[in-house]
Parts: sequence; C-alpha cells; structure tokens
Amino acid sequence: MEKRYFIMTGLTMLAITALVLSFQAVFASTPPDEEEALGRTLAKQAVKDSKRWTTVDHAKIDALNQDFTSGEEITKACLSCHSEAATQFHKSIHWTWLASGDKSDMRYGKAGYSVNNFCISGNAMEDKSCLACHPAWNKEGSQGTVNCLQCHNSSGFNFEEALGDIEAFSEDDDPDTKEMVTDIQQEIKEAVSKVTFPTRKNCGECHFKGGGGDGVKHGDLDTSLTKPNRMLDVHMGTDGKNFSCTRCHTTVDHNIAGRIYTNPAVETRKSLIEDDLAPKITCVSCHSSEPHKNDSKMNDHTDVVSCQACHIPKYARVNPTKMWWDWSKAGRMKDGKPYHVEGPYGKQTYKSIKGEFKWEKNVTPEYFWSNGSQTSTTADDVIDPGQIVKVSHPVGDKTDPEARIFPFKIHRGKQPYDKIHKKLLAPLLSGKNGYWTTFDMNDAIEHGNKAIGIPYSGEFDYVETTYAFPITHMVAPKENALNCTQCHIRKNSRLANITGLYMPGRDRSNLFDTIGWLSVFGALAGVLLHGMGRFFTRNGKEN
Amino acid sequence: MENKNTIKIYLYTRYERFWHWLQAFMIISLIVTGLEIHGTYKLFGFQTAANIHNFVGLSWLILFAFFVFWLFTTGEWKQYIPTTKKLFSVILYYSWGIFQGKPHPVQKAKGAKHNPLQRLAYLGISAMLLPVQMATGLLYYLYNDIPQVLPLSVLAVIHTLVALFLLNFLVIHLYMTTTGHSLFSHIAGMITGWEEIYETTEIADWETQATKKE
Repeated sequence: MEKRYFIMTGLTMLAITALVLSFQAVFASTPPDEEEALGRTLAKQAVKDSKRWTTVDHAKIDALNQDFTSGEEITKACLSCHSEAATQFHKSIHWTWLASGDKSDMRYGKAGYSVNNFCISGNAMEDKSCLACHPAWNKEGSQGTVNCLQCHNSSGFNFEEALGDIEAFSEDDDPDTKEMVTDIQQEIKEAVSKVTFPTRKNCGECHFKGGGGDGVKHGDLDTSLTKPNRMLDVHMGTDGKNFSCTRCHTTVDHNIAGRIYTNPAVETRKSLIEDDLAPKITCVSCHSSEPHKNDSKMNDHTDVVSCQACHIPKYARVNPTKMWWDWSKAGRMKDGKPYHVEGPYGKQTYKSIKGEFKWEKNVTPEYFWSNGSQTSTTADDVIDPGQIVKVSHPVGDKTDPEARIFPFKIHRGKQPYDKIHKKLLAPLLSGKNGYWTTFDMNDAIEHGNKAIGIPYSGEFDYVETTYAFPITHMVAPKENALNCTQCHIRKNSRLANITGLYMPGRDRSNLFDTIGWLSVFGALAGVLLHGMGRFFTRNGKEN
Repeated sequence: MENKNTIKIYLYTRYERFWHWLQAFMIISLIVTGLEIHGTYKLFGFQTAANIHNFVGLSWLILFAFFVFWLFTTGEWKQYIPTTKKLFSVILYYSWGIFQGKPHPVQKAKGAKHNPLQRLAYLGISAMLLPVQMATGLLYYLYNDIPQVLPLSVLAVIHTLVALFLLNFLVIHLYMTTTGHSLFSHIAGMITGWEEIYETTEIADWETQATKKE
C-alpha cells in the first residue's frame, strides 16, 4: 500500500512537472535565442543591399559641360534630359507650399493661411527671408525656376553666390577678372556634375534649420543628424545603417512621403509583406507590427503604443532645441538699438527682433494619442484667446484604431492675435515693411495680413499658443529604449496624461483598493488584538 | 479538563502537504509580484515581476487542475461540504473560550480535517475567490490574444481586490496556525503530517461520514 502510493505520487509529480514545462515552452516567456523576431528578419531583409546604382555619370553629360551664367540655365540643362522633372515638382507641396497643391485652396500651407508659433507665417511668399528655403533660384518663390541642385547636389557649393559673382563681373574687361570668371565657371561646372539623390545634408539645409536656425523647430531634426552616430540615430548613424532621408521618405513623382498639414504620412500602417509598393515611411513598413521576439509582451503593445514612444527616450540629444518663443517681449532696445542676449548652450535667449526664447537639450517628449493627423489652426480660424491656443495638435484617441500613443515636442510661445476678429495674425517680418526693419508690430501685421488676404481690425494682443511636432527621428539603439517603469509606475509616469486605457502599475481603483487594504489591515488588527488577548489571559491557564 | 494526554494521528498525506506548501509558495509569490505590478512598491523591477507573475500564475492554474482532479477522485471534496453544526460553538470558542483555556469544540480527525469554520472559509476561497482570481488572471494574461470579454480595467480591479482578500485570508490563516497546542504545533502538523489531538476526543459521526468507506 505504502509503496504503491509512493510510486503513484512520484509518477504524478513527474507528469505534472513535464506538463508545466511544456506549457511554459508553448505559451509563456522567452523563446530560444536563435529564433528571431519577424520584424527583425524583415528589417534585415530591407537593408540587405544598401548600394544605389546608376547608369549615368553626370560628369560625362554634354548638357552639363558648358559655362553657366545663371541658375535658370543649369535647370534648363537638367530638364534637357529629365523632361518631366519640373512639371512633377511644380505640383508638389515642396514647391507650392500649399497642402491642396494649388492656389484654389489657400487654407493650409506655408504659402496659405497656416501659421505656427515661430516666425508665424510665410505671408504667401511675400516674406523673402522665408524663401531661402524655397527650392527656386534667387528666392523667387513659386514664380521662379526650380533649383534642382538644392536637393540634388552633393558638392555643398554656393551656386547662387558664384553665379552672382559672374553676373557682377560680366561687364568687366579686366584680364584678371576674366581669369577669375573662368575659374569660377570651372568650379561651377565641376560642382554641377555632382548630382545625387538627396542626402541628409540636402534635406537638412531646410528641415534641420526650420524656424530660423539649427534645431529651432522639430527637436528630432537638427544638424547633428548630418553625420550622426548610431547612438543618436540607429538608422541614419554613419557607423550604423547610414540611411538617407529618402530611405524612408520614399518618393513618387517628386512627391515625398511624409505628413503634411492635412494628411498623415500614411492612413494605415502596413508592412512590406502586406503592401510592398506602399511608402516606407512607417516603422511597421520594415519592422512589421511584431518587431520584438516571439511572444514578447512588447508585441502586445504595438496596437496601442507607437514604436517611437519607447525607442526615442529623449529628443534634441546632441543639439538644443527651442521650447519657448515669446513675441510679446520683442522690440526692446538698448541705447536705441536692437540687441540680443546669449544664454545656456550658446543660444540666444532674447532678440529684439524676435522676443524671448527658451532652449532645452535632451528633452523628454510629451505623449498624446495620435492617428498621424494634426489639427491646424490657421490665420483664418476663430480662436478662444481666453485659453492656450493649440495651433497644431495631434488628432486621435483610444477608440481610433489607427491611433497610437506617440511622443511629441510641444513648442510653446506667445504670438499676436486680432482682438476683434479673434484670429491669429500673420506679421510680415523681413523686408522694408517687415517688423525686423520697422519694429512696428501693428504695421507689420497690416502688411502681413494683407499679403495673405485676411482682414485685420487694427487691434492686437498676444495669446499663448502651442505647436506640436511628432518625434519620430533620433531613434536610439534598442538597449536605450525605455524600460517598463518609465510608464508603468504610479508617480511621474511618462503617460500620466494618457486616458482611455488601463495601465498596470499606473492605474488603480481608489475605491476597490481601499476596500481591499481595509480588509487586510482589518485582519491584521484583528489577529493582533486576538493574540494580545490570548497573551494576557495566558490562554486561560491559571499559572 | 483533567485528561490532557495527547496522541498523534497521521492527518495530512504526503501529497496534501506537498500541495499545501507549493500552493502557499505560489500564492505568496503571486501576491508579492502582483502588488509590484500594481505599483504598490518596487522590488524585482516591473518586467521581472511581471514575468515571474505570469510563470507562477500559469503553473498554479495547471497544478490546480490536478488538485481538483485529486479532490474529486479521492472524495476529499466532501471535507469542504459546509455545515452549520457546531459552527457557532467554534465561533464562540475563538471569540471567547480560547481566552479561558476551554477545549476546542471540534477536533481534527482523519476524516475531518477541517472544523465547520474552516470548511466554510476554505470552500469560500476554493470555490469563489480562487476561480475568480484564476479567471480574471487568465483573461488578463490573454487580453491581447482573445476577444475582449471584459475591459482590462475591470479585470485588473477584480484581480487586485481578490488578491487583497486572499492576503486578508493569509494573515488570518497564519495567525490561526498559532492557536494549536503550542504556537507551532499546527505548522509542524502540516510539515510532518502528524497532528496532535487529545486522546479522549470523540469524533462525531457526522464529521467523518463524508470520507467513510461504504
């Protein structure tokens, strides 16, 4: 009897152990190391061969082997082979600065009613200083000729300056000058032939320096990304995959994938397996929606949390970025002259022509639900000046299947608004009528609003505004991704303001927690009292 | 009160003792890691706590199925049939008699391991709290893999509340182990299997009926 029982027990235990172990292997915890996550296999596949190849050496093209005297001539030479390039480009937002593509709808775009809380408005391309970033020759805006080289030249050569010199010297017959002109011509010729797909430097000329200087606008885009290491950006790192911008911002007919005022970068996230012709703009494109090891709990997050939320722990990690811009402080003078004050990071904290700034480095993002779209308050929208105006803000909530919790830089500031019409105003900044010359805000607004065709009442004040930038670049290597308790924690959770879901570690029901703990401490108090009672009555024993 | 001779009887079989301590270990680790996941304190780190919690929780679930199988095939389930007989005298004993050195109204015996109060408590826990805890735990674990039965917030709140109720039980249970002949005699019984009872104790028929062989 004893023996049989013993054997039975032993066998049962063995069976239980075996079953538990097999169950664990199937359902839980970590798979063997050699088993790679689907997303990782896909991503490796996508970067297997990074070499671009071409059948053309532009140095051998006759059309480029000539003495150029103007930008227009260079473009003409480009178009002599790439016949449709300018036609395509003229329809792109890079050229029109209008989300709709043409002037029939002026609502959204730098050249339309869109405003921000940096230099506020492009004033329908009236503000020439903005046009430094418009890809036409000689700041002529969309009236001018496309400057192909702005995006497609790797020489770093200043063509406009060189061509300007040639034009200035053209009347001069001095042999020394003529020789100099010949030298410049030769330099231009050599530089022109350095045709390339847009490099990080090309795109960065505008996108790293938007808002008037390095790192002003985005927070996740600044000149540190021209030659980043993989710690700063695991994709673009020159010691890593060395991605160019267009590796992800794929292009069709000169339309470059990415978010614009009215549309998200993509409507739905699809991997290359699902749609190999879709723009490769999302993480999911290459990494799929199961980027982590099989059965990793992380994969359960991807329907709610964006990749960026955990994999970009901080932005502006190398160069500082502007966080605050107060236009209401602009216009102060020292000895009757405009001045500036230098602050931390060697950045200006005050400038008479622009107002007060705050810069920050290594900034923790703010998190919001986002389906990729953003609201955009234009100069034609009525605002509530009693509140902080969200000039740009992410759209989405828990109920939106495309929405994820996404990191953002929120740029705060104060900017002028029309006290009567309750609309944000668009002061003209550069030029002889601009604020930077006249220091007369009222006059600058008159001119600026006239340029975009929106009436101004003549009375303005300043209102606090926010502008949201999605943080999506500066993806850190995986070992630097956030750990669980950056969010799953009761106090100071990064996702403290995210509503619509229950997060273990962050959330609890005060009522039910209290009931539960009362029962625990009630029991504890009860047994303590009971125990003391037994102690003092000595369990009823007399001695 | 004169005859205080005690005898030892073999009360808990090897499997019962094994199951008791394994379950104790599992429940305590689940409470410890669970409360960390709940954000009550920091101990192992959230990720490790969650991994341990999942592993132990799933293991417990499987082992519990074996326990239920054992319970019914051996007929031991009858030990959990609730009864009001002597229930109030047990309650009276713990709230009054124990301070006066009165004997426990119900003694343990082979066929009657639990007094009426224990029966009620264990039945409540095994039939109510534990199933709810297992169900909510499993639904919580599989939240992303199966159609949504209840929102995560509801699952989590129930799961936490029941966990605290089980902690409440644990506190009382631990204390009750000290109410034997000596402070540790009940614990010793659960370790060795042999429990001391009074020689003169009479086991009423209704108590052992349940497990009596026909």
